[in-house]
Amino acid sequence: MQTAAANFGTRLWQALRDTALTALIAFGLFLPLIGFQTVTDIRDVLTITTRWPLLFALVGSIAAVRFGYVMALAPRFERGARLMPQRASAIAVNILRNWFIPFAVAFVIVYPMLVVLAVGFGGAVRWIDNFGIQILIYVMLGWGLNIVVGLAGLLDLGYAAFYAVGAYSYALLAKTFGLAFWLLLPLSGILASFWGILLGFPVLRLRGDYLAIVTLAFGEIIRLVLINWVGVTNGYAGISGIPRPTFFGIPFNASDQGFAAVFGLEFTPMYRTLFLYYVIVALALLTAFVTLRLRRLPVGRAWEALREDEIACRSLGINTTNTKLTAFAMGAMFAGFAGSFFAARQGFISPESFTFLESATIVAIVVLGGMGSMLGVAIAAIVMIGGTEIMRELDFLKQIFGETFDPTQYRMLIFGFFMVLIMVWRPRGLIVTRQPSVLLRERKPAAGLAKEGAG
Amino acid sequence: MSARDIVLRVEHLTMRFGGLVAVEDLSFAAARGEITALIGPNGAGKTTVFNCITSFYNASEGRIALLHGDAAMWGELEALTESGTRRVLRPAGALYLLERMPEYLVTQQARVARTFQNIRLFPGMTVLENLLVAQHNPLMLASGFTLFGVLGLPSYAAAERAAIEKARQWLDRIGLTERADGPAGDLPYGAQRRLEVARAMCTDPVLLCLDEPAAGLNPRESAELNELLLAIRADFGISILLIEHDMSVVMNISDHIVVLDYGVKIADGTPQEVRDDPSVVAAYLGVEGEEVARVEAEVGL
Repeated sequence: MQTAAANFGTRLWQALRDTALTALIAFGLFLPLIGFQTVTDIRDVLTITTRWPLLFALVGSIAAVRFGYVMALAPRFERGARLMPQRASAIAVNILRNWFIPFAVAFVIVYPMLVVLAVGFGGAVRWIDNFGIQILIYVMLGWGLNIVVGLAGLLDLGYAAFYAVGAYSYALLAKTFGLAFWLLLPLSGILASFWGILLGFPVLRLRGDYLAIVTLAFGEIIRLVLINWVGVTNGYAGISGIPRPTFFGIPFNASDQGFAAVFGLEFTPMYRTLFLYYVIVALALLTAFVTLRLRRLPVGRAWEALREDEIACRSLGINTTNTKLTAFAMGAMFAGFAGSFFAARQGFISPESFTFLESATIVAIVVLGGMGSMLGVAIAAIVMIGGTEIMRELDFLKQIFGETFDPTQYRMLIFGFFMVLIMVWRPRGLIVTRQPSVLLRERKPAAGLAKEGAG
Repeated sequence: MSARDIVLRVEHLTMRFGGLVAVEDLSFAAARGEITALIGPNGAGKTTVFNCITSFYNASEGRIALLHGDAAMWGELEALTESGTRRVLRPAGALYLLERMPEYLVTQQARVARTFQNIRLFPGMTVLENLLVAQHNPLMLASGFTLFGVLGLPSYAAAERAAIEKARQWLDRIGLTERADGPAGDLPYGAQRRLEVARAMCTDPVLLCLDEPAAGLNPRESAELNELLLAIRADFGISILLIEHDMSVVMNISDHIVVLDYGVKIADGTPQEVRDDPSVVAAYLGVEGEEVARVEAEVGL
């Protein structure tokens, strides 16, 4: 009894100390970010105003959360970590795999209908476009990069370069030669994978940090070429008026030859959005299917073996040069697909869309999801991209913090906060259990039970 | 030596790292179906010799030739060396110059497999996957360099089943069938050693190079390893080249021993001959050859 009281005492003392420290850090951090605000008034004079109530409300709530965490949650987590064996999470993942994935695929397919039911035909376009298509592009990019980073273990910080190659391939070829979307889609993939191999050659001998730096530089080179080669790429101004994809030759417009007229429907921009949505669903599913197949093939196992131990790979007669290049080419190919889709959807592209932030976001999706886990990458893409999009929708916060409050400005702050949280709780990503590519016994549970029964 | 059937011939091998001569003018031969041990004190250059044979290092000088099939092929060695190519293939057999091949071709074509002094498994992959990665090249061919495999053609499925069956036989042999679907990194140390040998064997080698396979094993595990190696030799008729410090392994199973000291060969012969060689004793005790008699007298030999 006495020890319990003493325990509580030390815990309380520790919590108070922690809270004070947290409040101090939060105050130091938020004082310039939130405490002061510069406002340009009508006479064009820059004045500084203070926002003490908001600042103290934030610091106070952060301190309160920290106090609550140390007092109530931390001991529970410690106990949980001790009690919960590895097996429980493995079983949870298996249940997820068996039930969640078919459910998720079905949900993705019926999602537009649910949205239409929920918000009506008018408001649905925004939800399908911003949430559905936008997230699925990043799911696809994440899965593509997952081949390079998650399976082959080659840290690529310039992945947006291949995305850019795909997008510009589509934009330039479609505008100049008037080639169709369905022809240019595979062509963009091939061109991007060609650049993937081109990048692969000089970096064959590099690993880890050195590889990351070179790929980072490669991404910047591609972006700078796009900016400076004005004659071809139109520089900063970008390329506009990119031909939109057609429904196998039938354009989505209000004309008499348009999709709506041909099928006897009333014209709305919805049909194009729906079409684009299902195209990206198909592309993402193709990426998933090919990646899952590749993992079970010798080349996929060689990628993973390369990640585990390159020297052992060489001692087993594996040509590591080819293995690395195929990983780069495969990853780049899916980025090329996604890029050409992106260009077709936007109708306008510029180098702004392919900055380092883009590469970093995709790497963050792969790392947060758990390297190598397709499901984890998909969840991370939904959380990260969906999270940024949802910030735009949080208008009700204005009622709490006043009309001038703009939630999108706090996007990166909240983003960083969740990144730190995930890295603290799950340092190796959301899903860390690795599914073997092949099993000796398919009926493993039965064998396990029999053994336990005998013992 | 000429009377025996030689599979590997190392001639005048020299390996320099800058000013350091790790191996100097080393020549020896390994006979088919025999276990040849390479021994010597720490730093004698044994692992360097292995790295040269498997082309992980490019030898500074010398010739390393490997034979498949008919011993009469050795007659073509000089012609092959002059021709500047890597190998000569005939219906009766094939001759390879290992120092001219990149390391993956040494395993893929010349079929020399190796293990490492510090175990190099793929720890995050399962035991079975480790054995399947070792069968990469035949499986790659069966999957039509991935193309047929992605399309899901049945020919690949059959090849994969055969590869799994082969892996299962090896798992039975090394007693790891129960743990086939668990991560290789979770295995106890001795089991990891056995798995590494099995993985090397899954590449269908003609010559198996084992770098200190008994390091860190207890006497019982060491004895098991001896049995495994003898069984491999008896069942597959392959030749084994062995680096080992554990004399109970070396003296019990080797047919032929080569002793290195400071990169130079100091003895070459049967276990009995090597055991009685004064320069070997001197090297292991760390004294000059002429002092051996005095040291032996001191220690009471």
